[in-house]
Formats: sequence, structure tokens, C-alpha cells
Amino acid sequence: MSNFLNNSEIVNSSSDINGIFPRELEDEAIYILREVASQFEKPAILFSGGKDSITVVRLAEKAFYPGKIPFKLLHVDTGHNFPETIEYRDWLVNKLGLELHVRYVEDSIKQGKVKEESGKYASRNAAQTVTLLDAIEEFKFDACIGGARRDEEKARAKERIFSVRDDFGQWNAKKQRPELFDMLNGRIEIGENVRVFPISNWTELDVWNYIKEEKLRIPSIYFTHDRMVFDRDGLIWADSEFINKSEDEIPYSTKVRFRTVGDMTCTAAVASEADNLDDVISEILSAKISERGARIDDKRSEAAMEKRKQAGYF
Amino acid sequence: MDILRIATAGSVDDGKSTLIGRLLYETNSITGDKIEALEAASKRKGLNFLDLSLLTDGLIAEREQGITIDVAHIYFSTPKRKYIIADTPGHFEYTRNMVTGASNTSVSIILIDARNGVVEQTKRHFYISSMLRIKNIIVAVNKMDLVNYSKERFEEIKTEFSKLAEHVSFTGQTIQFIPISSLYGENLVKKSSETPWFEGNSLLETLENLDNQVNPISHLPARFPVQVVVRPKTEEFHDYRGYGGKIASGSFVVGDLVEALPSGQISKIKSIEKFGKNLEIAHARESVVITLEDDIDISRGNMIVKVGQQPEAKKELEAKICWLDSHSLRVGKTYLLQHGINRVKAKVNSINSMVDIKNMTLDTEPSHDGGIKLNEIGWVSIKTSSPIYADKYNENSTNGAFILIDEISNSTVGVGFVE
Repeated sequence: MSNFLNNSEIVNSSSDINGIFPRELEDEAIYILREVASQFEKPAILFSGGKDSITVVRLAEKAFYPGKIPFKLLHVDTGHNFPETIEYRDWLVNKLGLELHVRYVEDSIKQGKVKEESGKYASRNAAQTVTLLDAIEEFKFDACIGGARRDEEKARAKERIFSVRDDFGQWNAKKQRPELFDMLNGRIEIGENVRVFPISNWTELDVWNYIKEEKLRIPSIYFTHDRMVFDRDGLIWADSEFINKSEDEIPYSTKVRFRTVGDMTCTAAVASEADNLDDVISEILSAKISERGARIDDKRSEAAMEKRKQAGYF
Repeated sequence: MDILRIATAGSVDDGKSTLIGRLLYETNSITGDKIEALEAASKRKGLNFLDLSLLTDGLIAEREQGITIDVAHIYFSTPKRKYIIADTPGHFEYTRNMVTGASNTSVSIILIDARNGVVEQTKRHFYISSMLRIKNIIVAVNKMDLVNYSKERFEEIKTEFSKLAEHVSFTGQTIQFIPISSLYGENLVKKSSETPWFEGNSLLETLENLDNQVNPISHLPARFPVQVVVRPKTEEFHDYRGYGGKIASGSFVVGDLVEALPSGQISKIKSIEKFGKNLEIAHARESVVITLEDDIDISRGNMIVKVGQQPEAKKELEAKICWLDSHSLRVGKTYLLQHGINRVKAKVNSINSMVDIKNMTLDTEPSHDGGIKLNEIGWVSIKTSSPIYADKYNENSTNGAFILIDEISNSTVGVGFVE
């Protein structure tokens, strides 16, 4: 079989490395993915092309080997993606022979289901939720696997591995199912669905160490490159046609990379010279800003994430 | 690198959140922007210091009320190991969340306010930790600064707690006491000069040195619940048939004689695989694919065990149950019992006795309405529709626990420990 994510010659490198990545986390995630395949009829992986969903795909590949990944991929495309991410997505889907569905926020806007934000901070981040919920309904997905981690944000720290959402995709923090030991209960009513987070217990550093030890290929924007950017609110924003700049926000070229990859309107860049994984990892170790600190969408208020999750975000 | 999973329990008043915040702060696990956010939030609350508890209370309702309601998971690491803290509430009303959070941990940190000594909540935390068979108990006597770092006070509390342990503790459990001040960081990361009389290590040093081997589980009888049957049906793997699962306990070696349950058919392990790589041996907690020499009847929910170590098939069992739902457990009602990954129908035949969770006195009479209410713990007799292959929880915790699911609400309503 040729369906490895590996970009390098070395095909199997996992178990013999006595690396610093805690392999227990991989065992746990594989266990969770196998439960998803068994407990649900139409599970899908929410694939954004970011490092976390790349990790999830890798884990799915391992969980069912030598069988195929029993999940479809769903990408909710805001239309403001980095082209590098889309390129990577298509490469991966092709490489692993997966079935990918793409649904567009643009369509939801055209259908009048959600209004395009205006002004300086206009983003389609919140609008994605509408498109996501529609796609879940359209394909009748009963489980959506995401790469969210509990260490990212404090509302996510309260999230379950199997997170049950109602007909409207809503998260109710006070009515979460208890999860004891490793027993997962994915029983739901028709119309409800479950969001599954197999890498809940991983930290940002765990993901990077895993990518390194597994020799996974990742989109090039995670490494340093020259880009036109401008400064706003103490963050470096990538210049693009999708962002409304004011007159005093003047783009300039500099060396940056991205630590997290949402779309171009909600992800800030960091100044960096890191062109390989070791350097990326040492940057994270000494970083003065947390991963979601570079997410413009979280800066809106202290409870931004909890509120978005209540509305059906993942 | 290994992972140490810790449960903390308590309310904000105990300084629990401050303690966790300090551990994060002093192990450089909080980044600059999070500290800035904390400063801003602390100022909004009218505080002139960094309120580290705001780091852990994540829900809007929790911040409003200043209490921990749900389990939060917090991560930090040292060069030696990765730590996962399940931060759980201490209030009686949230006992179920405490049980949930603590169920995956091997260390329990019990906080005691040095001024108050052992209180009802201390007893509950300790009882639940012991019920879950958590091997390592660390009693952190906090707010030592408020009792002038008094050795006498510390010793008093130690004696008081040890008396409690006589009734609650089990063989193999270790209890360590540490005098701390989470507000000032005394004995948290480094040893404090305020307590020269204290001979033990700081909290973090204690955690770093804890024995965290999986070995105890690996030495237990081997249990392999089958999650998925892997049948690629591709040209290359035409006749391939493997069983995917996570080893619950013990270890398996290629060539082992095994029995499939419930069919009772015997075969030999042909290979143990991890993503195409062949292993000679695999231990508890590893996710693997096992192939057998013979084609025998095995499907999801079945269990592969070693010949000579078979568990007893049980259709009637005695168990301790902690109730997690606002609708009480009803005798005679049918629930789904999920043991590991295997589900069967089950009925509680009788409630035999109850734990008085407030005072932690054991055997009391069942409650008047004949049910077990939210947060209550009781001993019951259960009957299942088909046999399960559980061990006693006290002997094999990973194969000795189950959950009860309400067939109508689909909720997880109870957790049980096989006696």
C-alpha cells in the first residue's frame, strides 16, 4: 500500500522511536477513532488542512490499517483560505484515496442563511457554523471528528471526547454526559449528532512532536516565508483582498509563518525564521504568545469560544 | 515520555485553582498573552493581584459564581513527564463530576485548609479517590501561611487524616502529606524555607518522583476487548482478518494460546501489529491489531483472553454504583450496561445498602423511595441479559467498571464497580 502521509523515504518510523512524544496519546486516540467507526453509521472528519486535522487523519490511517479509513472528509470552506492549505488538502485526499466533500460559506451567504460581516474585522469564522450545520444535515453525518484540543482554550478544556449536540448543533455545557474511564457513549436520537475530539488530551507541543516523529508533510505556511503583511492590534495580519484595511494600515513584506491555520481573516502570523520542524518546536517552547493568541476570532471576548460552541461551532 | 494523570478536588476557597495556577506559572506553562488576559480579568474584578483561579474556571457560569462546576483538563509538562490535571469540583452537588474527572487518574491531590483541618469535603474526596482505587494520595495542607507554618498544626491534621485512612484506605495505597501555601508558592515547586521542620519534598518534586509504571496493570490477567474487525479485502490483504482493540490489562505475546469470549473457541496469536509493524509483545493500554492462527467467530464487543486466565462469565453481579443523573436509579427498570465497549441490557434487582456520602459512614439503609439519587452511592445486585466478562474492580480496575445508559434519554446515568 502506498497510502502514507510520509513525505520521506522512511515508511515506518513510529514504534521504534523512543521520542519525546508520549505514545500513550496515540493509543488513546486510535481507541477513540475505532469507537467512532463502530458506534456511528455516517462519521466524517472535519478537515481544515491545519496541523490538528492532519494529525487526526494520520491517526485514522493507523487505526484501521491495513484497512482503509472508514470516514469521509468534510471541509467547510470560508472562501478565504490560504491557497497553500487547499493545495495540501487536495494532495492528501488524493494520496490516501479519501472521499472529500466541500461546502462553501459563500453559498450559505447567497442563500441568505447568514449575513456577511462588514467593517474592519469582518470574518466568515462565525458564518462557518451555519454551513457546517447544513452540511451535517445534508449528508446525515451522525459523528463529526475534529482536531480540537482541550489545551487551546478554556471552554474547550471542559469539552468531552464525545460531545453530543442537539438538533441545532448546540453545545450545552451544563448537560454534558459524564465520561468515565475510557467508556464512550455515542448513543443519540435521530437529528442529534456527536462531535468527537480524539486528540483532546494533546497539547500544541504534542502535535508538533508527533508530526516530527511521524515525518508528516504539512502545508508550507507553517514554515517561514516572505509575505505581505500589516500590523493591527499588536498582531501581524496577512494582507489579502478579504481584509478591509484602513488607510494607515500599510502592507510590507517580511518573514513570517503561521502557528495555527484558520482562514486568512482570523489567523495572525508570527515573525519567524523557522524553516524546519526543530526550529518551529523551539520557537513554541520559547513563545511569548499562546497558540490561540494568534487567533483573531478568540479575541472578541473572554467567552468568545464558549458562545460560538453554544451556537454549534466545534 | 510518560503521562501522569492527576485529580484535584476542592472549591475555590481551598485555594485549589490558585495551586494549579501556580504550578502552571512556575513551570512556565502560561504564555505572555494569557498572563495579560489574567491581569485584565483580575483588574475587572477589582483585585490587585493575579487571580490564578481564573485560568481554570472556564465556563461563564463558573466565573459568575466563582465555583468549579464541570471537570476541566489542564496540561503542563516538565522535562521528565507530561501532566494532565483533571480539575474537579468539591461541592456535594457535583460529586458526579468529581467521580468522572478522577476516573482516569492515578494520583489524587486532596487539599485541606490548615485552619479548618479535615472537613466533610475532605472525607468525600478521600472516599471517592479510594473507591476508584487511586493509588497515590497527596494531602496538601494549604494556607500554612495563615497558621504561621506551624508544625504542630500540620501534625494534628496528619493524625486526623490518618485516622480516617484506617477505614477508607486500601492495601497498596500510599498517602503523603505536604504543608504548602499556594498563595505564596511555598513547597509547591521548590522546598520552602518557611518549613525547615518538614522533611519531605515539594509538591512538584513528589509528583516527579511518583512511580508511574503501567506494570501493575500489565501483570494482571490479559484482557483484549475487540473494537473492530479489520478486513481490508484488498488484493494485497485478501484473506487478512485482524482484531483491533486496546489491551485492557495484562500483556499478549505472539504464540499465546487464547480464548475468544463468548464463543469459547481457542486459537493462537499469529501476530500483534501496530500500523503494519509486527510486535513480539504488547502491554496494557496499547492499541494494536491481533491476528490469530485460526478463523474463529469473533466480533465487536467480544473479548480475547489468555487460556488459563479466563474471567468468569457473569449474568448476575454485585456492584457499587454511583448515580450520575437527576432521574434516580429505579429497581426493575431496564438500562443498558456498557462494560468496556460491550453493551448488554441490565436490571437492578435490589439496592442492598447505601453509602452516607455526607458523613462517609458506610453501610446505611437504602433511601425511602427505593432508588439511588444523583450523587449517591449504593451497593446493588444486577442481572444482565447476556453474560459479561468482568473482573472485580478491586483486582482489575480497567476490566471491572461499567456504565449504565438510560435507553430513552441515551444519557450515561450511572457508573458501577464490580464487587
